Formats: sequence, C-alpha cells, structure tokens
Amino acid sequence: MTLSVRIIPCLDVTDGRVVKGVNFTDLVDAGDPVEMAAVYNTEGADELTFLDISASVAGRETTLDVVRRTAEQVFIPLTVGGGIRSVEDVDRLLRAGADKVSINTSALERPQLIAEIADRFGSQVLVLSVDARRARTESGFEVTTHGGRRSAGVDALAWVEQACAFGVGEILLNSMDADGTRAGYDIGMITAVRAVSKVPLIASGGAGSLEDFSAALDAGADALLAASVFHFGVHRIRDVKSYLGKHNYPVRAAAVG
Amino acid sequence: MIAILDYGSGNLRSAERAFAITGKEVVVTSDPTVALEAEGLVVPGVGAFAACMNGLNSVHGAAIVQERLAKERPTLGICVGMQIMFSHGTEHSDTAPHTGVGVWDGIVSQLGAPILPHMGWNTVEVGSDSVLFKGIEGESFYFVHSFAAKNAVGKMQAWSTHGERFLAAVEDGYMSATQFHPEKSGAAGLALIKNWVWSL
Repeated sequence: MTLSVRIIPCLDVTDGRVVKGVNFTDLVDAGDPVEMAAVYNTEGADELTFLDISASVAGRETTLDVVRRTAEQVFIPLTVGGGIRSVEDVDRLLRAGADKVSINTSALERPQLIAEIADRFGSQVLVLSVDARRARTESGFEVTTHGGRRSAGVDALAWVEQACAFGVGEILLNSMDADGTRAGYDIGMITAVRAVSKVPLIASGGAGSLEDFSAALDAGADALLAASVFHFGVHRIRDVKSYLGKHNYPVRAAAVG
Repeated sequence: MIAILDYGSGNLRSAERAFAITGKEVVVTSDPTVALEAEGLVVPGVGAFAACMNGLNSVHGAAIVQERLAKERPTLGICVGMQIMFSHGTEHSDTAPHTGVGVWDGIVSQLGAPILPHMGWNTVEVGSDSVLFKGIEGESFYFVHSFAAKNAVGKMQAWSTHGERFLAAVEDGYMSATQFHPEKSGAAGLALIKNWVWSL
C-alpha cells in the first residue's frame, strides 16, 4: 500500500480547443479537449489538468462546457486553471464537474483569495500554480507572470511558504526556463520547493526523456505534469509508467474497462 | 432510485454520472423525504469535518442516516461523508473534538505523514467477504484527505497506508463507506459503485 506517483497530462484550452505553445508563444492546435481527456484516461493518466488560456468571457463559458462534458465521461480527477479570480469562479467550475482548481496571478495579486477558497471548499480543491524561473533573488528563484515574460518581484520560495500558510492543498511548480524545451525538469527548483513545503508537489516544464520523469521524482516531486511530449506522441503515458515501474517507482496500472 | 445528498457545494456532477452508469435513476437532492425514501442514499462530502456536519444538519442529514439504518435502507458515505459517520472528528478543533453522526464509535484524526493531503491513487488491503470490492481487490483508488479513522469498526474493513494505517472502507450491514472517491477512481471505482448498487 504505497501512494502511486501521478502522471498528469495538461491540456491548454482556448475557445474549446487544445493548444500548446513552446514557451507559450508559438501555439499549435492539437485537438478536442474532451476526446483527448478520454484518450488520456484510457492511456492511464492519473489526473487531468485543463489550463484555460482564453482571453474572453465567451471563451471561459466554452471552457465550462468542456469541463461539463469531460466530467460526464471521464471518471478521474480533473483540475482546471486559468482566469480564476474569485470564490464564485471556483464554485462555477466545481459545479461544472472540476475536482480542483489552480490559481496563479490572482493569488499573487491578493493572497487572501487562497484563504477564502480554502475556507469555503477546503484546501484539497486548491492548487497553487507557480510560474518560476532562475533569478538573482534570495533563493535564486523568482515568480513570473504573463507566461514567464515578466517578473512578479517575488521570491519563489517565499511565495510558496506564504501560500502554504494561507492554505493551498497542492503546488504546481512550472519552470519557465525549462517549459517547452524538453531538456528536463528544473531539478534544483523542485528540490528547493520540496524543502519548504509539506503539501503534494507537481513538477511541470521541461519533460523530454523518460529519465527526466524519474529525476523529478528523485528530487521530491509527488506528481509529474507534461503537455507537449504527450500531445505530440513523443512518449505515451503508459510508456512513462512502464519505465517508472521497471525502476521501482510506485505507479498505478490502468484498469481495463 | 439512488439519491445523492446535496448539502453544500462541490462536484456532485461526477458522482451523479458515475452512479447513473449502473442504469439506476439518480437524483441529486437536498429534500429529506426523497433522501429518506430512496433505495440507496449516497452521502458525499468535501471540506472540513465540522463544516460538513453543519451542512448535513442543515438538510436533517444525520437524522435521515439514522432513520434509514433503523429502516434497513442502504447508505454509502464517501470521503468526508465517511468521516462524519464516526462519533468524533478532530479537524480544526483545538479543544474537544467535533461531534459526528455517530453510526460508528471512533475518532477521525489527522494522518501522521510528512506530506498532506494524502492525494492520489493508493491500493487497499481488503477484508474477507467484501461486497464492494468483489472482483477489484487488487486495484488502486483515488484518495484526497488529511484525516482518517484508524480503529476498526463494522463487519468488513479495508485498510490503506499513508504515513500510518487507516480505514479505507467499511461495510457494516446497511451502512457502507469509502475514504477514497469511487466516482474519481476510473474503471475500478465504477466497478465498486456497481457492486454497491447491485447489492441494494
């Protein structure tokens, strides 16, 4: 009885379609999110994440519909992030069928939002998404906004500690240096964040080779998120799990059915 | 007909759809009469123990559960919906523990583990003659919780471990409960739901 490591494909969604950009600038359409969610479920994904990058209100309404249709067909946990600014936004997503929400910029602007969401729905629904990069801050890592293009002026480790005190249930750590490079997760960053947090840690950004996944686990990640390597078929989820299983990491075998 | 008790916010859509896959009519309701009369009642639960009890009491849920037991009507608690069936819970309690429905005597307390919540897929050690786990004894299920019951109650116990051993599921006559989320546990979870529904 050991908790399995989680493999989580992330679907960037805008106006009801999946996209994934290299470093968030070069977007490529990669399909229908509901269908992709079902495929990833069959492939053995342990959770799914939708990141809504829609710029418009109409786009966000479309995302709610995507969440509804996904939750009706796919019975594994679904996290939705992007554009969440209030307790009401969280309520809408949970009622549509999301199990967790991830917040990022809105929490930086108003950390109290973390406590408001945790008080109403419990910490377990709340994932703090941290877009971080290497910088000359106290810890050597800083928080960024706008897809990694701007400094938030906040030290990444200090922010993680503060957010944990406010009540986040999980941390999604995105390396903006590694994102889209397929050159490996930022191992130093994972190690540093693991050392200051006691909630589950999802590593994101940079997954390329199979060894990259195990290296992130060795650094202290509880779960591994990836997008392009899955979307473009560089690796299939079951290949990642098979590799990890062979190297004695606990993985869940996908049930037949 | 299966009733899913709606006594607060959270994702009930997945539970509704997962139970509907069995072919049974499923209603999400906060109507005490519907919940009392249903063939099977599902008590979900997210958030803190005391907040859940407050929500449950706002729809007379504790009385419904006890009356259903007295009338031999099956009830299934899920996650915090399992925890509040115990007599006491220590979550967010600095002094005396909060009071639960009290179907089972015992305290729901924090897991002694370095990383909390216990979040993700874990296997369970299933007791003999289980109805819920028939055919899926070796599968993994999805857990999200920081608190759990650690003493044996009921007729059949399933155990899991995160930092320490805790009760993953209980079967006790007309009362069953899972600490994990069967509605979020993929094919294995749907199989467990079918096992419960077909036992009604």
